[in-house]
Amino acid sequence: MSAFTALLIRDMRLSVRVGGGALMGVLFFLIVVVMMPFAIGPDLNLLARIGPAILWLGALLASLLALDRLFATDYEDGSLDLLMMGRMPLELAVAAKAIAHWLTTGLPLVVIAPVLGLMLNVEMNAMGWVALTLLAGTPALTFIGVIGAALAVTLRRGGLLLAVLVLPLTIPVLIFGVAAANAAIMGPQPFGPPFTILCALSLASFALGPFAAAAALRHGLE
Amino acid sequence: MTLGPHADFIVAAYAVTVFVIALLVAWVVLDYSAQRRVLGNLEERGVTRRSQRPDGAKGGL
Amino acid sequence: MAVIDLANPTRFLNVVDRVLPWLAGVTALVFAYGLYRVLGAPDDYQQGATVKIMFIHVPAAWLSMMGWGVMTVAALGTLVWRHPLADVAGKAAAPVGAAFTFICLITGSLWGRPTWGTYWVWDARLTSVLVLFLLYLGMLALYWTAEDPGRSSRAAAILALVGAVNIPIIKFSVEWWNTLHQPASILRTGGSAIDPSILWPLLVMALAFTLLFFTLHLAAMRNEILRRRVRTMQMMQAQHLAGAET
Repeated sequence: MSAFTALLIRDMRLSVRVGGGALMGVLFFLIVVVMMPFAIGPDLNLLARIGPAILWLGALLASLLALDRLFATDYEDGSLDLLMMGRMPLELAVAAKAIAHWLTTGLPLVVIAPVLGLMLNVEMNAMGWVALTLLAGTPALTFIGVIGAALAVTLRRGGLLLAVLVLPLTIPVLIFGVAAANAAIMGPQPFGPPFTILCALSLASFALGPFAAAAALRHGLE
Repeated sequence: MTLGPHADFIVAAYAVTVFVIALLVAWVVLDYSAQRRVLGNLEERGVTRRSQRPDGAKGGL
Repeated sequence: MAVIDLANPTRFLNVVDRVLPWLAGVTALVFAYGLYRVLGAPDDYQQGATVKIMFIHVPAAWLSMMGWGVMTVAALGTLVWRHPLADVAGKAAAPVGAAFTFICLITGSLWGRPTWGTYWVWDARLTSVLVLFLLYLGMLALYWTAEDPGRSSRAAAILALVGAVNIPIIKFSVEWWNTLHQPASILRTGGSAIDPSILWPLLVMALAFTLLFFTLHLAAMRNEILRRRVRTMQMMQAQHLAGAET
């Protein structure tokens, strides 16, 4: 087993264990979506219309929730130092951690989104589209968030600072995610362009995020 | 010169700009005098930086 | 962590002390001339006298982007060359850039009320400036939460570079989003060539604002260097006292 997969599996195990953040994101997502009708009103037509946007915003906030622990726990118990000194490039280690984080917190959000869509009166096939755009877009959220997580751990401040730093950078993902979902459900714009741009954002952040995060860790923790 | 029907907005825009720039200038000037004052106090008490010591003794940090 | 090399900053401080009064004076003169030209500028045939707001709005918008540009260059200096002055330059640029971005937003909104009939429209340009302002605030928040200047400057440098990569993407996506939700009625200005009677005062004001930016930036850099000096000396004093007790 290579070091990469070993780290991936270790992180996934840690996050589904007691005290891990995997289910917290899903729970937070559920609560945000349930709160929305209380703010907006139970008008099902309105909820159906803005449902995809609510699901996207909820997923965006939920995916940020567990991020500040991504490096903080490893920093506290010293395993981050081992990763930095190890033979595996730090960029690769960061990528492994980020993929593990997405698999345990991002993917459950995608899976649960259609169920929450039911409560918002979003149609069956529309929920499929929302889930598809979330599947394409949440990796971008994770890989942008990794940069913020790395910065937060070097400053020994997590939580709110991370959200303040990361949320403005996720605006393009939100724009194209919601636009692609709405285009698929209501039209009249074609689904292709926003969806491909969404995929491009995910791929670009997948390529750049680990490098920026690793640079932040290297410069910040030396 | 007349500013037309929307004179308030023009005046407000310029006033806000002047206000913000004045805040910046005040911040810079007050900060400068504050840092100078603290620095003067420290130097009076004989605290020196490493680069100011002739023997270049290790001053820590 | 390496101690900040004070030799270079000391020389820098001497230069700043000599240059700053002149720079401030030139800035004031150019501002006086620019405002004189603005007073003499004719009204726009469509917008009337509200076009006067443009003479502060457009230079502020330009500086909001230049501020991040300065921070990006400083970030490269911090990460690649580890130059201590680069840290200071980046940190000093953040509040100044944020202030000009704020001016751009407020004047844009005050310009929008008579022209568009509302204080805020989710116009592509205004919105991307708003996001830029949020990025500036994030940068300031980063500086506020970190106590150790060395640590925070590296983190800020990374954030500045990430922001520099992201700002064009954000601008593109906001413009795309804006054309998708085309607002009902927006009076589009520009497009046609700007008349020299308007263009010249605008250029003079842009120069005056740029000079003002650098004056404030240099002064803020000087303050930051002094602040770091005070910090070093206080730490040494504390160490000295602790040493005397034991």
